Amino acid sequence: MGLGSDMYRQQILDHYKNPRNYGELEDPTFTHIGENPMCGDEIRMDVKLGDDEETIEHVAFKGDGCAISQASASMLSKELRGKTLEELQEMNRDDVIDMLGVDISPMRVKCAVLAEKVAQDGAEIYQGELDVEKTTTED
Amino acid sequence: MSQQNLESLDVGAIRDEFPILEREFDGQQVVYLDNAATTQTPDPVVDAMSDYYRESNANIHRGIHHLSQEASILYEEAHDRVAEFINADGREEVIFTKNTTESENLVAYAWGLNELGPGDRVVLTEMEHHASLVTWQQIGEKTGADVEYIRIDDDGRLDMDHARELIDDDTAILSAVHVSNTLGTVNPVSELTDLAHEHGALSFIDGAQAVPNRPVDVEAIDADFYAFSGHKMAGPTGIGVLYGKQHLLEEMEPYLYGGGMIRKVTYEESTWGDLPWKFEPGTPQIAEAVGLEAAIDWLEDIGMERIQAHEEEIARYAYEQLESEEDVEIYGPEPGPDRGGLVSFNVEGVHAHDLASIMNDHTIAVRAGDHCTQPLHDKLGVPASTRASFYVYNTREEVDKLVAALDDARQLFA
Repeated sequence: MGLGSDMYRQQILDHYKNPRNYGELEDPTFTHIGENPMCGDEIRMDVKLGDDEETIEHVAFKGDGCAISQASASMLSKELRGKTLEELQEMNRDDVIDMLGVDISPMRVKCAVLAEKVAQDGAEIYQGELDVEKTTTED
Repeated sequence: MSQQNLESLDVGAIRDEFPILEREFDGQQVVYLDNAATTQTPDPVVDAMSDYYRESNANIHRGIHHLSQEASILYEEAHDRVAEFINADGREEVIFTKNTTESENLVAYAWGLNELGPGDRVVLTEMEHHASLVTWQQIGEKTGADVEYIRIDDDGRLDMDHARELIDDDTAILSAVHVSNTLGTVNPVSELTDLAHEHGALSFIDGAQAVPNRPVDVEAIDADFYAFSGHKMAGPTGIGVLYGKQHLLEEMEPYLYGGGMIRKVTYEESTWGDLPWKFEPGTPQIAEAVGLEAAIDWLEDIGMERIQAHEEEIARYAYEQLESEEDVEIYGPEPGPDRGGLVSFNVEGVHAHDLASIMNDHTIAVRAGDHCTQPLHDKLGVPASTRASFYVYNTREEVDKLVAALDDARQLFA
């Protein structure tokens, strides 16, 4: 097997080594952080909405963690641009795994979905539907 | 000395008793280096448990019939065997629990909750497993007792000066790991226990990573309580042990209530049965007790000193191989008498979870994460580490496979 590792295809490694939209937005509409306590993965997502207050205009992220969690955040930051908050909430783990384009072993799914959960929780907090300080992936 | 012992240990014959070690995934034989999490179970232990179910299964204690008598004797004698193994005075001092964590909780609830209050101190170490750390933290919150941690030095050893500072006349209990599941440090538990006793405090030693791989004598340590788990010592899951000095266990209230632990029950009140049954309510883990006894027989047939020598030699080899890699950082003391059979490390630029996934591509089983020592990892300044942990059936060739697989990680993440 060796380098044939299904999880570490070029695209994942590329996003891990050269993360897109890495950093912070100057005037985000909302910001949220989350962690995967088992692994110590951490993600902060900044989201800027358009004038309609529904459409995602910009996304930036900062984080620290394994290749899967960080690549997922990088890819999601591109993917979310132009989506509405409703479309963001409709995303599920299968969408994230499709986006990553690789088989994620069951024990690593939490790493993969962390960024998506942080974005979704951040949007819900912004809309007043949720009250948490920090998102954590459940065990 | 250990070299001679090692020569007489026939790893090939030992491995023959573990069919699971022959398993292959994608055509590659499993390399099992996750023994600090759980060890594999040899055929004689599996056979003892299946024989029990095939031939002797019944509920214990109150049965008049043959099978119940037989099961009761097997279950009770397993306590005697454990007592002999760790040099306890007898079955009265051996309580079967679910695991080390439950043993820790038993003392925390049955003793800690009743005895502690504001002004009392509980002393732990910075390398405690969550089993004791979280438990005593909670007891501290509930009782107002103060929880303090003995510092570790840069080599991952306990700072004994700090221990002497912390353990004072307000200290009610000290709880320390015998062998750290993350750093591999073997702590001076006898010295710590003496310190506790000098100040009238009790000593609880978590032996989950010690009993499987070295001779342990609770009387020599003089610990008031000592705990370990069956599944980390070639035995089954679902059974752990709490050793306690008899006079302490007698004074303690039960932790769980129900059938099997009572002497007399009326609608108004109940009185408790004898030790150890007072702490073992409900139908206990009978087959697992039989399995644990078989595991002890199996380990002692090999010899605990030889197991220790083998494990230390494999761990030393792994340490040296990993240390010679420039981009590998190892945690814990250097190989020697105060280091047990595990190595936790990180490869620069590769997250521990990614490394474990790449190892898994080679069917090498290691653990990545905080190993239930999250505050310790915070102190080490890393979110996670990869841990290779060894047992009596591991070989140098398996360590070589681990080291060779690091190259894949480097190539991917360079």
